[in-house]
Amino acid sequence: MLTIKNLRVAIEGKEILKGINLEIKAGEVHAIMGPNGSGKSTLGNVLAGKEEYEILDGEVIYEGQDLLDLSAEDRARMGVFLGFQYPVEIPGVPMVNFIKTSVNEMRKFKGLEPLTAGEFLKLMREKKELVHLDSQLTNRSVNEGFSGGEKKKNEIFQMAMLEPKLAILDETDSGLDIDALRIVSDGVNALKHPERSTIVITHYQRLLDYIVPDFVHVLYQGQIVKSAGKELALELEEKGYDWLKNHSL
Amino acid sequence: MTLTANKVALSEKYTELFHANRSLLDEGSSDLLNRMREIAIKRFEKVGIPGFKNENYKYTNLERVFGKSFRHLLEYQPVDVDLNEAFRCDVPQLDTDVVLLVNGWYYAKNQPLNNLPKGVVVGSLKQVANEQPELVKDYLNRQAGLSDDPIVALNTAFAQDGFFMYVPDQVVVEKPIQVINLMRAEEPVFATQRNLIIAGKNSQAKVIFCDHTMNPVDFLTNSVTEVFVGQDAVLDIYTIQNQNNQANSVNSSFFRQEANSNLLSSVATLHGGLIRNNLKVEMAGEHAEANLYGMSFTDKNQHVDNFTNIEHAVPNCLSNQVYKNVLDEDSVGAFTGRIHVVRDAQKTNAFQRNNNVLLTDSAKMNTKPQLIIDADDVKCSHGATIGQIDEEALFYLRARCIGEADARMMLMNAFAHEVVQNIRVEPLRDRIDELVEKRLRGELARCHACDKN
Ligand SMILES: Nc1ncnc2c1ncn2[C@@H]1O[C@H](COP(=O)(O)OP(=O)(O)OP(=O)(O)O)[C@@H](O)[C@H]1O
Ligand SMILES: [Mg+2]
Repeated sequence: MLTIKNLRVAIEGKEILKGINLEIKAGEVHAIMGPNGSGKSTLGNVLAGKEEYEILDGEVIYEGQDLLDLSAEDRARMGVFLGFQYPVEIPGVPMVNFIKTSVNEMRKFKGLEPLTAGEFLKLMREKKELVHLDSQLTNRSVNEGFSGGEKKKNEIFQMAMLEPKLAILDETDSGLDIDALRIVSDGVNALKHPERSTIVITHYQRLLDYIVPDFVHVLYQGQIVKSAGKELALELEEKGYDWLKNHSL
Repeated sequence: MTLTANKVALSEKYTELFHANRSLLDEGSSDLLNRMREIAIKRFEKVGIPGFKNENYKYTNLERVFGKSFRHLLEYQPVDVDLNEAFRCDVPQLDTDVVLLVNGWYYAKNQPLNNLPKGVVVGSLKQVANEQPELVKDYLNRQAGLSDDPIVALNTAFAQDGFFMYVPDQVVVEKPIQVINLMRAEEPVFATQRNLIIAGKNSQAKVIFCDHTMNPVDFLTNSVTEVFVGQDAVLDIYTIQNQNNQANSVNSSFFRQEANSNLLSSVATLHGGLIRNNLKVEMAGEHAEANLYGMSFTDKNQHVDNFTNIEHAVPNCLSNQVYKNVLDEDSVGAFTGRIHVVRDAQKTNAFQRNNNVLLTDSAKMNTKPQLIIDADDVKCSHGATIGQIDEEALFYLRARCIGEADARMMLMNAFAHEVVQNIRVEPLRDRIDELVEKRLRGELARCHACDKN
């Protein structure tokens, strides 16, 4: 589904990702862990098509296409979803308009008719229930005044609405209480499908009890310094990152 | 003040026009209008047409537009107007009582408004001043007559007609009155319009002004509106400026608010050439509240300048201003917000905000708050921002499948929405939302040549 080869990325002249290699097959769940500032969000943003980054080298192939050539909106329409670490508040843009436009843009791209008002409301109700999103929240502007946890739930709600093929969840677990964590994880698991893959970026092993990864990668100073099975997360929880330092160049 | 030769020549053009037509101006006009002319033209002469050197017109040089040659309409010229035609061109179609003014004059064929509440008078200033001078005499020129603004003085010197509305004490006018100001002429025309609105004690009314042009030619309108908001009265004044991009206007509004009155003024500027909106509010009675909103969307060489002046003359009043501008291409905007709190006006709340989005490097915005606070127990705030579209928000929308152009549109609409949402007439709010969206999509411009196709 996704192949990242020797991806090197800089921002404002500073190299952040220093040669990432990653292979994600359909149906797999990959966890990316690593200390603050190691480049996890940068990787997510680059995959989603944020423009301020400079690609120094490497390539990203998504479903046989060169992903880096596509606009952010086309990537999203093709099924790449980024759950933001810090979802932005957009006062004045009503949630409902936003979600409706979003869903219908994706449908248009797939050659489908826009949803009727009834279909849309039904879908929205269903998906809100899935993530226990407070009904009132969709009456507000996008993320405006949402609590930290509500913003994260809202990301998963949007993911449920769009049913992406490749979901990149950037610290969707931080700021969530235990119940919310379970709800969000259930939401992610409910979307699990042999054709869909997930990248979860997290600092905490506890999330991985709910969303069980096939692989865990450690991103350290812009490089993946270790990849292993889910047991690696436990080891990291115990030992921290220091012992991995000598794995880097 | 020393005047340059050109400036003298330009100003003389107007004083000469005045003296040459003095009898025409007086003829048929009430003495209430005529008695101020001489004083006014002298005031005008002292300063002349303001150029850049005039502190109050620093960002808008009026010499450029006043220097063009226009035909002056010093008497009523019968023109036929098909209202349906105007409505086809994006004048908001609402459930309102409609009154039409053409080139500054009350349209002779306006249908009488028969269903107005008892005692309410809506009509031509010229006519009411002649026929019911008692309704006019205590108000006309009370706020504008002593203005030191030369353009207001010029208006007073030439004023003959305009929109008039009187709402007696205790009367509620449910249906909004929609005043359509049409400019219609085959060649460049200069119009003078004088409006007067009086809302009695504890009365309520809503007036919607729609400024519109029917021909793609140069226009210049010098409009002055005096508004009296009586004790406990609630008055909404909405203005939609959507003229062709060669049409220029100076619109000066003077509000006087008595105790406990509530005023809402909201101006949406869509199309137009050079537009200067002067808005002066005098808080004359305690616990009065004024909410003043403005938004403009400009491109090409449009120039929009809003100048507000809030005079807190008594304690315990509230004024709140939010002005927003979206500037594209080579357009220029300006906002000057003057707030004066006099020494005894304690417990004044005066807020002001001006937010601007520049879409290109060549668009320009000048913003200048001027707070003069002479009282010590007041709450005042002001803030101005000039920025670009929020890139983080743009990326968020795009990452959710929304194309870049649509995402930008959403964000600009959202930016304007803070102003739009304060419109207290729901269908008007929806209509303005639509107009703003159309304006941002560049779909409103078609309308300017509508009489040709
Ligand atoms: N716009 C920017 N300008 C300069 N440096 C940046 C910019 N964006 C990110 N960086 C830097 O890139 C590095 C990686 O940031 P990134 O957000 O990818 O880290 P992260 O692994 O997601 O960290 P965290 O765990 O704290 O979320 C950091 O050192 C950060 O300061
Ligand atoms: Mg991060």
